[in-house]
Amino acid sequence: MSRVSRSPHPFQHHTIDLLNATDDELREIAETLGLGLNLHELRQIRDQYLTRERRATDVELQTYDQTWSEHCFHKTFKGIIETPEGTVDGMLRTYIGRVVKELDPDWCFSVFEDNAGIVDLDDEWAIAIKVETHNHPSAIEPFGGAATGLGGVIRDVLGVWADPIACTDVLCFGPLDYEYEKLPEGVKHPSYLFRGVVDGIGSYGNSIGIPTVNGAVYFDEDYTGNIVVYCGCMGLLKKEKYIRNVRGGDRIVLAGGRTGLDGIHGVTFASAELTEESEEVSRPAVQIANPLEEEKIKRAIKQISDEGLGSGITDLGGGGLSCAVCEMADRYGLGAKVDLGKVPLKYPEMAPWEIWVSESQERMLLAVPQRNVDRVLRIFEDEQVEAIVIGSFTDEKVVRVHYEGEVVAELELEALFNPPRVRRSTSWKPPKLEDPTYPAPTELGETLKKLLAAHNIASKEVVVRRYDQEVKGGTIVKPLQGWNAGPSDGAVIKPLDGSWRGISVSCGMNPRYGKIDPYWMAASAIDEAVRNNVALGGRRIALLDNFTWGNPEYEDRLGGLVMASRACYETSKAYGTPFISGKDSLYNESPLGPVAPTLLVTALGILPDVRKAVTMDLKREGNSVYIIGKTKPELGGSEYYRLMGLLGASVPRLEADETIGTYERLTSAIDDGLVRACHDLSEGGLGVAAAEMAFTGGLGLEVDLSKATAVAEMRDDLMLFSESNGRLLVEVEEGESKDFEAKMEGIVFARAGTVTGGDRLTVYGRGGVIIDEPLDLLMSAWKTPLEGLR
Amino acid sequence: MNRAEIRVLLIRAPGTNCDAETVRAFRDIGVTPEVAHTQRVFREKNLLEYDVLVFPGGFSYGDYVRSGAIWAKECEYRIGKEMVEFVETERPVIGICNGFQVLVETGFLPGFEGRSKVPQAALGNSTHGYQCRWIRLRNVNHGACEMLDGVPYGRILSFPVAHGEGRFILPPDKRDEYLGRLYDNDQLVFRYVRADGSYPEEDWPDNPNGAFHDIAGICNPEGNVLGLMPHPERAYFGYLMPQWSRQLKPKRYGDGRYFFESIVNYVEKRF
Repeated sequence: MSRVSRSPHPFQHHTIDLLNATDDELREIAETLGLGLNLHELRQIRDQYLTRERRATDVELQTYDQTWSEHCFHKTFKGIIETPEGTVDGMLRTYIGRVVKELDPDWCFSVFEDNAGIVDLDDEWAIAIKVETHNHPSAIEPFGGAATGLGGVIRDVLGVWADPIACTDVLCFGPLDYEYEKLPEGVKHPSYLFRGVVDGIGSYGNSIGIPTVNGAVYFDEDYTGNIVVYCGCMGLLKKEKYIRNVRGGDRIVLAGGRTGLDGIHGVTFASAELTEESEEVSRPAVQIANPLEEEKIKRAIKQISDEGLGSGITDLGGGGLSCAVCEMADRYGLGAKVDLGKVPLKYPEMAPWEIWVSESQERMLLAVPQRNVDRVLRIFEDEQVEAIVIGSFTDEKVVRVHYEGEVVAELELEALFNPPRVRRSTSWKPPKLEDPTYPAPTELGETLKKLLAAHNIASKEVVVRRYDQEVKGGTIVKPLQGWNAGPSDGAVIKPLDGSWRGISVSCGMNPRYGKIDPYWMAASAIDEAVRNNVALGGRRIALLDNFTWGNPEYEDRLGGLVMASRACYETSKAYGTPFISGKDSLYNESPLGPVAPTLLVTALGILPDVRKAVTMDLKREGNSVYIIGKTKPELGGSEYYRLMGLLGASVPRLEADETIGTYERLTSAIDDGLVRACHDLSEGGLGVAAAEMAFTGGLGLEVDLSKATAVAEMRDDLMLFSESNGRLLVEVEEGESKDFEAKMEGIVFARAGTVTGGDRLTVYGRGGVIIDEPLDLLMSAWKTPLEGLR
Repeated sequence: MNRAEIRVLLIRAPGTNCDAETVRAFRDIGVTPEVAHTQRVFREKNLLEYDVLVFPGGFSYGDYVRSGAIWAKECEYRIGKEMVEFVETERPVIGICNGFQVLVETGFLPGFEGRSKVPQAALGNSTHGYQCRWIRLRNVNHGACEMLDGVPYGRILSFPVAHGEGRFILPPDKRDEYLGRLYDNDQLVFRYVRADGSYPEEDWPDNPNGAFHDIAGICNPEGNVLGLMPHPERAYFGYLMPQWSRQLKPKRYGDGRYFFESIVNYVEKRF
């Protein structure tokens, strides 16, 4: 006899007999209800019900399923991991979250606790920032998946009472020319996914009126089965308006879109691997986007925040109402009672558990003291947003869910928020790789053009133009620089009307390095994000981590993840740039194997005066160009090697202490007004960076490789295309060279070139001129490859 | 009229998103616009108490159906008569981007014989889809659009565009006739140009949407209703211009300043 039976209530509701259920029976229950809980977790739930002396309800088990999912609880990052080097008692605690505790900077306002990380902008204002992943839904339904990804992260920012001011997006796809015949069943072609994702993000961000100012698009074989969609959002809030003061008796207000069957079991889906059945089974898990709704909510929440009417706020994301209500109650040591019958639905006859876990978009949950309820509802009404009181917070730590006069769930929060800790072990073996040997190429100009045309380097203008970068009138450094639309290192935003203070946002990501060594991949990603930010004039940098990884139940994947996490701790500690928020997406596996181990690092800096922001285009004939940092023969995972179909072994490493000293000096030079242009050296190294600076500024450039500082005698091609970390090119005004050199004394730097009045990039190597190319050819090589992808 | 007395009403609908920067631009010149939700305007505002009406950019009602269409119909039914009265008093009405679309959908632009019941033009799908980019446009108005007197004839300005539907088109069977009337009435205000000042003749990207005759903005025959696709409010300050960092001493103001300053100066003098 089945342990799941229909309750006597006149609506869809089931109770489950957990008493003495065997493992097989537990598995059967999970399957019947569509739960993603594992046996270990099911047993713990069963044992909890022993003392309760009653049957469990479907609403209750669904709540456990949502709350204990990898997506909601980050079991792996909080779990106990046995590694060959010892036990890691929670990666979040041991590595990522530890930096901010140890550094304890006074400018961190709220970290790792709320929907978004919050740092000071000035004494009065703060910036909230969050970056999310939306990989699984985007793989199934790229437009809706990506759009709701952005919608969700914007709500995270609203969920700390902040007004969203800018978005970021970083996307990873398989090669656009991937052979159709090689695609396994259920995997969609990269070019289809690319178009859908780009359209989805554009449609949402543009409609809601938030500029998308920074991002990246990355292509690699290992993203073919598992695409990666990162969406980020920054918001502005007055520190005194950051109210989190929910008390028993406060009303629970649900506002926004109606609740429907879209997005049921989204978190369960996000915490599982993709299979050929995902399309059919999980389509309902993908939500439907309506940016107009969120634009209206945004207005209302700003007003409610300005008037200080709410006592707490959170968004409805993964797990829907179940997570939002239970988490908010738990955070304040309260309970709640909720009447699901009050929830406005898209269509009738949804089962209570469906209403409770639906992830329908554009919904927010507010806690409002009784005296303010009328005013809050009025504000929503004025913005044409549906809002309703669905219950209230209570003083006992239990959430009671009602439906049509019946109690359909009674959840003890202490038990709900105490899932069994995951215990896993790792192994990671370095892959057997070596650096290739091949004769030095002679046509380096041709190689440079090919590199500029490589999809990971070529202009992403076709994507960037699809997003509004200018709305709100505060984008000071834009993603595409100047009329020639060169690649900026990041963006600078001026958020306040009465102040020149600004924020700089940039990112770093090096998935190919991860195939060689996850530790140096993570260290490089941090360095790249920080380096980009420094190039803009940013300082006092805060970081966000976003891991996209394979199934952590495989020891090798988890081993790499632990290494990368350790690199996060060690590098960010040395840099003094703490992590303030993050999000992981694990179980990115498809019939084609695991995703490329990917860490996106987002850096948020500040500029005391945006008028001192630095752009990457060469400015004037006669100026000097300096290279900062050491060039080493580090081409493992480089775009240059990829061009030859190679991976290599010599992944770029990082001397963190030395490098951050260099950056601090450079920031000081920028403050003194000595830096006219600055560009970071990343994919394609010195050759690509020099070309980009020249054609963006429309000015010629002569570079002498023998002047650039190298640790060893290096061949011209390696000097040109090495991707060693910690390097930038800097243009200094003619006549200010002495001041700049004095400023940089003791730092590794060299005067490597001169801005010319011509229209060519000329590079001198060991044997004289090795590159002499007209700028228009370099620019068109860079601009055209992705142009046709509209 | 002193500029502090100028009353600007900036109407926003659900999905409007350029109100803050438009207000910022007016404020910098010493005029404080009132921003009101369109439902509040319908319920409780008397348009005739204001000197300038602004329909800002955005995606009103999500631009579902067609850009600006829902908001336009709503305005037509709720405040259509008031709007006609307002226009007849020769006070300025400005529509930027989505606002331009609303003014075309409501029949105020081109408005050859006053407000037309059926739109006489359209802002259709852009040839290259949604595009956010800086473009150059030339003031081609000989004086009918008096509120832009402060922008010299022939002056080239740089503003950004950001839209997916902004391709100015005329009905195919009346295209030549209507274009003739636009010229005869001096209704052409802004046309897209290349860096060298020549007309792109509908070629992307200098003409970012394929607009007929490179038309970026027009006014009504009386000159007091003005609509344009590009965003002057996003080019108001110097540090918003695309190449500001190339100057050793960047300017305080950008090209958008000419636009707003001219309008405010005009109202100050005229009323």
